[in-house]
Amino acid sequence: MRVTVRLFARLRDIVGTTDVVRELPSGSTAAVLWDRLAADYPELTPYRTAVSTAVNAEYSRMDRPLADGDEIAFLPPVSGG
Amino acid sequence: MGSLAFTVTTRNLDLSTVVQIVSSELASADTSAGAIASFLGTVRNENQGRRVERLEYEAYEPLALKAFERIANEARDRWPDARLAVHHRVGRLNIGEVSVAIAAAAAHRADAFAMCRYAIERVKQIAPIWKHEFFKGGDVWIEGATVNPDDAEAREVAYRRACV
Repeated sequence: MRVTVRLFARLRDIVGTTDVVRELPSGSTAAVLWDRLAADYPELTPYRTAVSTAVNAEYSRMDRPLADGDEIAFLPPVSGG
Repeated sequence: MGSLAFTVTTRNLDLSTVVQIVSSELASADTSAGAIASFLGTVRNENQGRRVERLEYEAYEPLALKAFERIANEARDRWPDARLAVHHRVGRLNIGEVSVAIAAAAAHRADAFAMCRYAIERVKQIAPIWKHEFFKGGDVWIEGATVNPDDAEAREVAYRRACV
């Protein structure tokens, strides 16, 4: 299956782009996706426990299985206001 | 609550806009507001000893709008007849510019003040918005709260801050 990853703030700076398209085995979770991304961009690793996840613009969990076409956002700690 | 109440925009924010929105929403619900409290967040020229020159805000807009709606729904659990509007700025902001404008309307002043404070505390906890600080000599992404919108303890912290 194919999913789109959206990255924000420092995570985007680390990866160097806002959107990344990834092929994953069907049924993979957001955690699997994160780990693959972090393997390619080791600077992401310290964020493993600090990121939040959204799937199709709804807050979600790392253990949620993804579906083909999903948009997954990894969100570093927020600082609005 | 209409979509006007929640906005993420690159345009200048205006206090009278959010005040008008909550006041007309209450009027159309045939409820009179005895009190409207408001909050403006503005860009400081100093942060943790750094001389700040400007901020650049970024948002995951569709989720930010849903976060604002969620905050309004939470607020209505506590203050059933109240109304809330949250407008957040994104893009480049200079010192003194308004980054967030909030208005809370309720029948009585205690509820209006409390709801307004609750809203800004929750924005800081769960809205997917980031500030990139450009200071004299460098820049840094500000990283505050890890978002967990279902964390009851965080919600309770926001409520306690609102109601002290």
